[in-house]
Amino acid sequence: MTVTAPLVEKPRIVRPGPRFTSGDIACAEGALAAGCRFFAGYPITPATEIAEHMSRRLPEIGGVYIQMEDEIASMAAVIGASYAGVKAMTATSGPGFSLMQENIGLAVMTETPCVLVNVMRGGPSTGQPTMPGQQDVMQARWGSHGDYEIIALAPSSVQEMFDLTVDAFNLAETYRVPTFVLADEIVGHMWERVTIPEAESIRIVNRKKPRESPSPEFAPFKPDADLVPPMAVFGQGYHFHATGLTHDERGYPRTESVEVQTRLVQRLCNKIRQNRDKIIRVQGSMLEDAEVAVVAYGIAARAALSAVKKARAEGIKAGLLRLVTLWPFPDEHVGQVAKRVKAIVVPEMNCGQIVREVERASKETPVTFLSKLGEEPHKPDEILEAMRGTLK
Amino acid sequence: MIEEELRHPYDKFLRRDRIPHIWCEGCGNGIILNCFARALDELDMDLDKVAVVSGIGCIGRISGYTNTDSFHTTHGRPIAFATGVKLANPDLTVAVISGDGDLFAIGGNHFIHAARRNLDIKVICANNFIYGMTGGQGGPTTPMETWTTTTPYGNIEQAFNLVHLAAACGAVYVARWTTLQTRWLTESIKKALQKEGFSFVEIISECPEIFGRYNKMDTALKMMNWFKEASVVEHFSDPAKAEITPNRIVVGEFVDIEKPSYGRLLKEMREKASQKKTGE
Repeated sequence: MTVTAPLVEKPRIVRPGPRFTSGDIACAEGALAAGCRFFAGYPITPATEIAEHMSRRLPEIGGVYIQMEDEIASMAAVIGASYAGVKAMTATSGPGFSLMQENIGLAVMTETPCVLVNVMRGGPSTGQPTMPGQQDVMQARWGSHGDYEIIALAPSSVQEMFDLTVDAFNLAETYRVPTFVLADEIVGHMWERVTIPEAESIRIVNRKKPRESPSPEFAPFKPDADLVPPMAVFGQGYHFHATGLTHDERGYPRTESVEVQTRLVQRLCNKIRQNRDKIIRVQGSMLEDAEVAVVAYGIAARAALSAVKKARAEGIKAGLLRLVTLWPFPDEHVGQVAKRVKAIVVPEMNCGQIVREVERASKETPVTFLSKLGEEPHKPDEILEAMRGTLK
Repeated sequence: MIEEELRHPYDKFLRRDRIPHIWCEGCGNGIILNCFARALDELDMDLDKVAVVSGIGCIGRISGYTNTDSFHTTHGRPIAFATGVKLANPDLTVAVISGDGDLFAIGGNHFIHAARRNLDIKVICANNFIYGMTGGQGGPTTPMETWTTTTPYGNIEQAFNLVHLAAACGAVYVARWTTLQTRWLTESIKKALQKEGFSFVEIISECPEIFGRYNKMDTALKMMNWFKEASVVEHFSDPAKAEITPNRIVVGEFVDIEKPSYGRLLKEMREKASQKKTGE
């Protein structure tokens, strides 16, 4: 006799089709589409709308929204939920991102799949809460103590707030690593037309599960060939231990062993580094014959594309390399573009962060940096003027 | 002939490959681990459904020794981590076992808010009056006029009265015992494990190695004698009047009330919300 599981109609969590919405709402919907069922956060401009939307949507579909006492607790709760087997996220901005750094390190060390959205505003400190910024990109890479690798994506549009949030969950689950969506106030608050794909066409990745049954010998941190260990979760009988201390494959503290420390920390870095090709995404426009290239990300890439089109109209052979992945940094892609062009322009809404990476990857090719702070993003004409300047 | 290895009846509650533990001779943490195991045993708890979460400090290592799913968090954050675990999988009994410095100095904010929400977790605090792991510094529970490595002239800070704090924040079960009263302590841990809502058990624990040496009680026996002489059992007395002094340690149950837990209210809210379906 064949036993067939009853056909259960998959509930349609996110309505497909076109709509007019904001970046923060699109981000929340992307998370739901990716399978996120736990949100812990703390109100902060300009990311609050993500929490508000989640507080309404998650209870409807059996999920959990909880407003924690601060961002330290939010990040800790997200790690707890992920270890209980639920896809989890938080969303914040600069000051909250600073508080989360402690437990971002814990998520790295305990290889916790989770997503953290930082809708960047003007810093340092309380800075300009309602103004855009791209000042936290280095903090995203290096903010917690110790050596590690993370993944960070930079959406440029409301559509990408949806798409890249889905991608962020997939990457977090694939590599068991905290993954950041580094948005900015403009992308977060902007309203645009987006198209939500049909549920079946949204690629969803879930973490690898242990292939063996619970046993006293179970090693929760024993990696596969891709350097990522399958993930046991609480409540399934594995009786495993996880700790922020340096630990062996059993999860047991090994604070005395140079060998265990070296093997663990190198693996935490290498599981991202050796999979760079699979992780990194960039988008090139008009680069084939370009003599000057703009390298940009987030909201700055929107003005950059407009500037490149204007330049082309004047006969300047301009192109754009848009960085979708910021971390791990797309060295090879930037290096290849740098070899072909005479000059590179980097517009950023900070005092020069990603430009340092671009300079490093560009070797001899001169790089012009265009800083912008405050309310407005770069104007296309400002970027165009910088391009003209490089060709004089 | 069948040879049977001699095993302690509570071995099944321990990760045997992690023993011996790191705690000093005479430390109260072993007693706490013993009472916790006893409570699990007497309640016949399904160990697959118990999660032990701890923070940083001497007692923080306990999660590494219990044969359950366990997590050793960053300093002060076990309650916040446990919040995520419990809400994501309500079937689990989540016990936070950590120290006074971890739970009430760096982690104090998480304690008061988890108690306020009546989150269904069990918080067991080993209070040894100092930061043991870092060598015996004073902290939020160090009694006035006692000596530690950072209060060389005697402590001038008021100490937290933890049972008063827990009761004021809304905990549904609050008890305090010393490591001397193991039977009562075990009963209180059992009550906490069974109770729905935020339950708190404070355990006054001896650290003869540091707190004791600095305060003329340099053996476990001397500290136990202090607990014996100073302990006063006063069930359901006013927790506000339960401050710990050299002459008086009020022990007993302070709070045992019924109140819907956060998890229960969340479930009810979800049922309401799922009828609504506002969509995006």
